[in-house]
Amino acid sequence: MAVTTAGESAPRVALLNDPKIRAWIVQILLLVVLVWLTYVGIQNMFANLQAANIASGFGFLNRNAGFAISQSLLDYDQATSTFGRVFFVGLINTLIVSIVGVVIATILGFVVGIARLSQNWVVSGIATVYIETLRNIPLLLQIFVWYFAVLRLLPGRRDSLDMGFLGQLNISGWYAPKPIYGDGINLVLGALVIAIVAIFVIARWARKRQEQTGEIFPVFWTSVGLFIGLPLIAYFIAGMPLSFEYPEQGNFGPRGGARIYPEFIGLLLALSFYTGAFIAEIVRAGILGVNKGQTEASHALGLRNGPTLRLVIVPQALRIIIPPLTSQYLNLTKNSSLAVAIAYPDLVSVFAGTALNQTGQAVEILMMTMLTYLALSLLISAFMNWYNAKMALVER
Amino acid sequence: MAKETKTTKSVPGVKGKAADVAAPEGTPVAYPHTADSLAPVPHGGNVAYVRTEMASSEAPPALASGPVAWIRENLFSSIPNTVLTLLALYVIYVIVPPLVQFAFVDAVWSGTDRTACATEQQGGVQPNGWFGACWAYVGVYGEQFIYGRYPDEELWRVDIVGLLFFGALIPLLIPSAPFKRENIIFISVVFPVVALVLLTGGHFELNGFMPTGFLFEPGMVKFWVDYLILSAIVVGIAYAIARASDKDPMPGMRGAAIFMVGIAIIMAIFAVDFGLEHVPTDRWGGLLVTMVIAVTGIAVSLPIGIVLALGRRSHMPIVRFFSVVFIEFWRGVPLITVLFMSSVMLPLFLPEGVTFDKLLRALVGVAMFASAYMAEVVRGGLQAIPKGQFEGAMALGLNYNQMMRMIVMPQALKLVIPGIVNTFIGLFKDTTLVLIIGLFDFLGQIQSSFTDPTWATPVQALSAYLFAAFVYFVFCFGMSRYSIFMERRLDTGHR
Repeated sequence: MAVTTAGESAPRVALLNDPKIRAWIVQILLLVVLVWLTYVGIQNMFANLQAANIASGFGFLNRNAGFAISQSLLDYDQATSTFGRVFFVGLINTLIVSIVGVVIATILGFVVGIARLSQNWVVSGIATVYIETLRNIPLLLQIFVWYFAVLRLLPGRRDSLDMGFLGQLNISGWYAPKPIYGDGINLVLGALVIAIVAIFVIARWARKRQEQTGEIFPVFWTSVGLFIGLPLIAYFIAGMPLSFEYPEQGNFGPRGGARIYPEFIGLLLALSFYTGAFIAEIVRAGILGVNKGQTEASHALGLRNGPTLRLVIVPQALRIIIPPLTSQYLNLTKNSSLAVAIAYPDLVSVFAGTALNQTGQAVEILMMTMLTYLALSLLISAFMNWYNAKMALVER
Repeated sequence: MAKETKTTKSVPGVKGKAADVAAPEGTPVAYPHTADSLAPVPHGGNVAYVRTEMASSEAPPALASGPVAWIRENLFSSIPNTVLTLLALYVIYVIVPPLVQFAFVDAVWSGTDRTACATEQQGGVQPNGWFGACWAYVGVYGEQFIYGRYPDEELWRVDIVGLLFFGALIPLLIPSAPFKRENIIFISVVFPVVALVLLTGGHFELNGFMPTGFLFEPGMVKFWVDYLILSAIVVGIAYAIARASDKDPMPGMRGAAIFMVGIAIIMAIFAVDFGLEHVPTDRWGGLLVTMVIAVTGIAVSLPIGIVLALGRRSHMPIVRFFSVVFIEFWRGVPLITVLFMSSVMLPLFLPEGVTFDKLLRALVGVAMFASAYMAEVVRGGLQAIPKGQFEGAMALGLNYNQMMRMIVMPQALKLVIPGIVNTFIGLFKDTTLVLIIGLFDFLGQIQSSFTDPTWATPVQALSAYLFAAFVYFVFCFGMSRYSIFMERRLDTGHR
């Protein structure tokens, strides 16, 4: 039996049996194949583009778009605005419907999720039916149902549904009261900002005082008072600078007010109800995920139901709820791209749809669109990671 | 004795403790302390005051049990609870009766055109103010909703494919059904070939794939010559790899040869003319397209997803980098942009003259998208396998492939079956998006039927959507129940 001594060279190993060398061979092969595929693809692309006589590059962003967009928060003019502006108009429309959708879906999801845990059989039954039905029907079908079936049942333009101070509702949209800002509106807004800052300061001070003296300061009611009271006082001091323009029923439909398009309403309702069902399940799982012993221990320490929920259950449930909740927000944002099916002017609809058809520059436009969504996703997941790290259990 | 028990029975509150309680009046009772006071009662002796059988329990008070009590306790226990119940009942009242009225009571079940489903005002036969579902229209269009514009006389081909698919899938999903291995081979190798030939008609043109003008003119002969050369190259590579790693080259070469022969047989089947009429994919539609996209998507995405998941956990930096970028890119963009990309951009990347079927383009997009999600599902399974399993496998001398194939993957994939089913549900719902790029899936077919003036009525859309919602619900809800069932079944140990 040979004993390996220090000076003896290691036995010769076949090249491919050395894990390190094998790993590098595999990686280099992969790299070569990918680079080759990309090269061939791009070459083909340029050849095809030339054959089809399509320009390339981002010069089109400065060209005049020349088509109308129904809903736009930015100044958009069919005659002079560029494709670059179309991109931002679309992006902002996407963000509006996503943000409003996220808010409604969250409220709906929390209400339904808690309702499903209710002891009340009828309430939890309705919540279960809602969740199971909406989760199992494709979102696009739900958008169609809202837009083509439900909203079409609304009265025609000439006999709008009068909703009093909420404005008018008919088949061509919701004519909401339009806020008209007077001169002193800045004072009111300033008061609002001051109120918010004051709430933060008071909350901080109250916590510190409670830690030191044990006395509890009614932070919640103080905050509510400040938040409503301060702007209200400023509103009267400034001489009521805010008024509303109400739509009036004319011969050919309502006039005035802020028109909210049925595309927006349909998309918003579908997105919120659909995502709400998913959020409800997340909320339920989060609350069920908190050990019953936590409630019992909290009761044993002498906390009543309210503080138990507020100080013990909810913070722990939130830790479970937040990560999947964020990914639902992300889903809602991505799903808002289905707007293209009912022609709500979101990013995909006006930019990757109309602008693409007009310019034919599919590669640039689709890349811009996809990277925008990708950036949104990465932003939201970066936020999620930050929040997770902040909320994670600190083990001592 | 028997008589006595009978009497005590009727005394309220007496439950098995007859000895402590005075018997009812008129019955002779002997008390222990009056006669034979100190003598122990013989067990089972015939003593008048000891019961020989249990008194049966009383029915509880009417308000403490039964439906009334249940309702009181669960629905009206407190004022907020009562308010909630009433509110919930109101919601049910608002939604359910109109729905039943619409879908069943007022529904029209038969008819030949729109007059059956329109009110007199709208030029039909229904009374004004009528509002019900038009199932007659759904019935007439039913065939189109399932098959699209697939030729009538060829529908049996779709039926056979459907029967084969569900016939193989259902035993595969039942854990106790036998012949799993044979079934998997059938559904993953035989079925796709049969389905492709039956659905398209087969008789594909094989043209050869080496540079044109090389040896032969394009055509069948050139294809087989090219194929032979390719096979020789593949077997040669197998030999070279085996030699370079000091192994016996025979098993590797044999494996490569068998693989190439297998592919050759499949190619030959595709090329054979079975006398089936060619049905181009633009005539496919309805549920058929939905199923084709969903099933192909999941079948293609599973292997790619496994490879990507392994790549993401690999120690090789370049492999890991590409896997992460691939996965995060597809997961970060909406499916609709992926479909736009595959339908508009993909043709640009192909060499001139190579055209892609519209359906195939959508399939490529869906497969890429689903692969990224599948990779994350599989990665979850891989992460759940304890490190000891990897180390144990390596300690046994298994190489990477053997370790993954025999130790890790069987456990990891079993763990993620519910996750795969959930991905499939998501994919099934997402197939509806292909209608935006102009394919007629189930929803697309329904949407396109609205253009038919024969049935155009105000209730048409609502009826069709209700039907579509029902179909999607049945599929997705069934699958999610199955996923829950598997989750419970696989949840062994750790308790």
